[in-house]
Amino acid sequence: MSVDTATVAKIASLARIKVSEAEVAAMVPELNGILDFVEQLSQVDTDGVEPMTAVIPNVLRLRADVVNAIPETGGDKRDAVLANAPAAEHGFFGVPKVIE
Amino acid sequence: MSEMTDKTLCEIRDGVAKGEFTAVEVATSFNAAVAEAGALNAFIVATPEAALDAAQKVDAARAAGQPLGKLAGVPIGMKDLFATRDVQTSAASKILAGFKPQYESTVSQKLWDAGAGLLGKLNLDQFAMGSSNESSAFGPVVSPWRRAGEDKALTPGGSSGGSSAAVAARLCPAATGTDTGGSIRQPAAFTGTTGIKPTYGRCSRWGIVAFASSLDQAGPMARNVADCAVMLEAMAGFDEKDATSLDLPVPEWAANLNADLRGKKVGIPKEYRLDGLNADVAKAWEQGIAWLKDAGAEVVDISLPHTQYALATYYIIAPAEASSNLARYDGVRYGLRELPDGANLQEMYAATRAAGFGDEVKRRILIGTYVLSAGYYDAYYTKAQKVRALIARDFEEAFKQVDVILTPTAPTSAYALGEKSNPIDMYLGDVFSVPPSLAGLPAMSVPAGLDAGGLPLGLQIVGRPFDEQGVLNAGLAIEQRAQFAAKPEKWW
Amino acid sequence: MSNYRIQGATGEWEVVIGLEVHAQITTQAKLFSGSATAFGAEPNSQVSLVDAAMPGMLPVPNAECIRQAVRTGLAIKAQINKYSRFDRKNYFYADLPQGYQISQLYHPIVGEGELLISLDDKNPDADTKVIGIERIHVEQDAGKLMHDQHPTMSYVDLNRSGVALMEIVSRPDMRSPAEAGAYLAKLRSILRYVGSCDGNMDQGSMRADVNVSVRRPGDEFGTRTETKNVNSVRFVMAVVESEAKRQVALIEDGGQVVQETRLYDPDRNETRSMRSKEDAHDYRYFPDPDLLPLVLEDGFIEECRASLPELPDAKRARYVGELGLSAYNAGVLTAEVETARWFEALLAATAKAQGKGEADVAKQASNWLLSEFFGALNKLSKDLHSSPIGPEAAAELLALVGNGTISGTIAKQVLEKMFETGDGAGVIVEREGLKQTNDTGAIEAAIADILAKNADKVEQYKGGKEALFGFFVGQTMKAMQGKANPQIINELLKKALA
Ligand SMILES: [Mg+2]
Ligand SMILES: [Zn+2]
Repeated sequence: MSVDTATVAKIASLARIKVSEAEVAAMVPELNGILDFVEQLSQVDTDGVEPMTAVIPNVLRLRADVVNAIPETGGDKRDAVLANAPAAEHGFFGVPKVIE
Repeated sequence: MSEMTDKTLCEIRDGVAKGEFTAVEVATSFNAAVAEAGALNAFIVATPEAALDAAQKVDAARAAGQPLGKLAGVPIGMKDLFATRDVQTSAASKILAGFKPQYESTVSQKLWDAGAGLLGKLNLDQFAMGSSNESSAFGPVVSPWRRAGEDKALTPGGSSGGSSAAVAARLCPAATGTDTGGSIRQPAAFTGTTGIKPTYGRCSRWGIVAFASSLDQAGPMARNVADCAVMLEAMAGFDEKDATSLDLPVPEWAANLNADLRGKKVGIPKEYRLDGLNADVAKAWEQGIAWLKDAGAEVVDISLPHTQYALATYYIIAPAEASSNLARYDGVRYGLRELPDGANLQEMYAATRAAGFGDEVKRRILIGTYVLSAGYYDAYYTKAQKVRALIARDFEEAFKQVDVILTPTAPTSAYALGEKSNPIDMYLGDVFSVPPSLAGLPAMSVPAGLDAGGLPLGLQIVGRPFDEQGVLNAGLAIEQRAQFAAKPEKWW
Repeated sequence: MSNYRIQGATGEWEVVIGLEVHAQITTQAKLFSGSATAFGAEPNSQVSLVDAAMPGMLPVPNAECIRQAVRTGLAIKAQINKYSRFDRKNYFYADLPQGYQISQLYHPIVGEGELLISLDDKNPDADTKVIGIERIHVEQDAGKLMHDQHPTMSYVDLNRSGVALMEIVSRPDMRSPAEAGAYLAKLRSILRYVGSCDGNMDQGSMRADVNVSVRRPGDEFGTRTETKNVNSVRFVMAVVESEAKRQVALIEDGGQVVQETRLYDPDRNETRSMRSKEDAHDYRYFPDPDLLPLVLEDGFIEECRASLPELPDAKRARYVGELGLSAYNAGVLTAEVETARWFEALLAATAKAQGKGEADVAKQASNWLLSEFFGALNKLSKDLHSSPIGPEAAAELLALVGNGTISGTIAKQVLEKMFETGDGAGVIVEREGLKQTNDTGAIEAAIADILAKNADKVEQYKGGKEALFGFFVGQTMKAMQGKANPQIINELLKKALA
């Protein structure tokens, strides 16, 4: 499979990366090079093979329903989560106005 | 002071413990080395005060007769992918420039708890995506090594290139690295240093900027096997904040180091004998085989039939995970925000991400977005996860016959910055390191000697899941025989 | 069951409805972090580093969310999947800090189930229908955007970000607004019985995405629209109706329904297209590599099953079969878990106070609860939840009626006094001298007096106008200030009029 400029522009938009036409043009051969390279996987017979789900055999561990049981992953962190915000406003994150 | 910076991690720790020198003396020496080494561009941020502060605490604890941690008095470099409280954590990307986490990664916290101090944040490929350190938004790291008779700037490898360069140049006795497809092992090989990627899940990923979650693992980079073992003990351990963390006790790897390999079997995978493999690399590998035999191991030819598909598999899975992991860099909660006049929210995202991410990061996000997109998911991502299962099965079969596997770490020694302009050429450099990553296996690189140009070569040892000890032991057997003593001549 | 049709200009249309209900799982902490979930907190106060998607943060699932999802699945007779996974749904929006929602697309925790709905309150067994449920999956809620605080900015509050939701997806089995309404009401009832969701729709703990399409009766499905986040049973019914009508008008005008996301405006009672989510259709779902597969043990599932309470359908059947209640009363008493709980407490206390079996007092208790007690609460604009008295106190009052200490009329006054003072029924009856009299002499005297004063009516009664008997009873009771035993009045009156 290979991509054309329209597809690259569409992927870039889906990935929310602004690209100029010139950038798209430059990316097309690069991405096609990579896609050509990974294309070789189609040669592998994977009939009856389950896709890998866990790298090391292991199942999901669950945590107890306790608020702020671990300080690092608990709430009440308003100042910490806002500390690096480009537009922290009255305890909120500010973003350009969204019309829904 | 040059003598101090030549000491290994264990020498420093023991010297501090015995009172031969103080932790502050150690920190001062390394701070000075870091300050002098601007030309290497190994550090994005230096934190001399933090190093001194930690050292003073160790000295005070020792004076008070308190017990000292495993790494008491050892200053280290921290790859700038680990969140460090109030110290800029950038992942070498403009999109995180100025970001000061209000939290500390589990691994770095464990290191501080063990008495280590922070010399600074080490440069890396942007978001750990790359193998040469050239994708850093802060400029490439320059290897302290130079090819004999040349002064061309070489890569220290990547993505943990700041770490490898700093350890090789004696700017720190040890550093943290992270390894997704070889990012600890390849830079270690390129710089004559030692590094181990433990079994997936040994080190908590909590607080490490994510690249590809199913592959990322932290590990130590240092000057020798014993130092790696000690530091890994401090870094590893169960973390309830990481759902993929292994709930296992941390073994005493350092105390159990044993280079006697009698009764052990070492596998040599035939698929790694690539056509046209660099002669020096092939020679180093043969030498490694001979050393392991000398250490008492039996050498067995094995087959890992799906090896050739590992890179293609990796270059689907890693970008797919990355495309999603990096969606959070959107200019809303931290980091760069680009807000062109009149831009709406979605335009702000696109502008921010265009300005904040480097080319290689964009490339991988786009590939990852594409392979996950409607209509392509099964053909690419599901297929890759199936092949990945086959690659893991190859190793499983092999480990029924052998205890460890020996391969070269990388197909070449270090190359010049700017030499690999085609992304695929760059990706091919990971051909030996990627398969064990896909299978989550412990793997390390130890120096094997120098090539004809006087540049270091590394050998990779791969072990069974959870058998870091077997890997370290084989590494030690090679280390003892390689007697690798070369160090880059100081030009910076 | 329903033959709901929309009369278009070109003929009849049938409406096809499926609901995706998002129900907040009742937990203390969020799905993947330790922040609290309480409603109405200060903006961004209940936010962890994980919820804000700080670099390097990782999800660890809350066991209670898994348990409640399984219990809910068992309550709708669904298949519980012992193997499930969390997937990432990728899209960019300001209320979604990670840039993806952790959800379950490929392997949800609960598979096929069903829900029985009833369209006739008076006779709940008469007009019923089984609505298929395709799946229940567990996922994260998003944050909230506020648009009114600033002229050029929206504000983001992440308190809800990461709160656990169950998404309960029905089959497109509903065919009328009434069916959709009944489905949502019944689902809410079951969730509240199970305790997996508080069902507070006005606080957003439960909301429905309403999928509507129209077709000629019996044709293939038409193109559907999805109206998001509808937060009451009434609105769901209104959305179905207005959206179906819009689609019919559109098609009959030669237009085509576009598959899209819409928003309901209750003020104008219409739906409109939501352009802001337009281009987000390619969600690039893939298994979340931060989370391993979720594997449930048989023992765990059995524990969940054993922990389920008696559910409304079973309870209603038991009320009818064992307690002898009418289907209507049983339906009303079991529709809400609080009502059933209150009733059962009342029943137990009443039986105990009167030394009888529950079945013997069930009718008395249920009739009194549904008419007298609800009526009294209503007057005070209160409900069971805010009732000034509990079932024990009510049982004491009922016992006084049951053993003839007071009459039903006096009981009404006593109840009012109980509401006012909080005192027990016995105390009030004693204090106010409301005890019913069995003094036949006094009653006979009162009767004689009344009959003498109403000689004309006595005449008419004897002439065959038997309905006047009630008048004499009323007059006698009035003369006795309501305190005479009505049984005795009856007997003595009959004798005197014979
Ligand atoms: Mg929906
Ligand atoms: Zn949902």
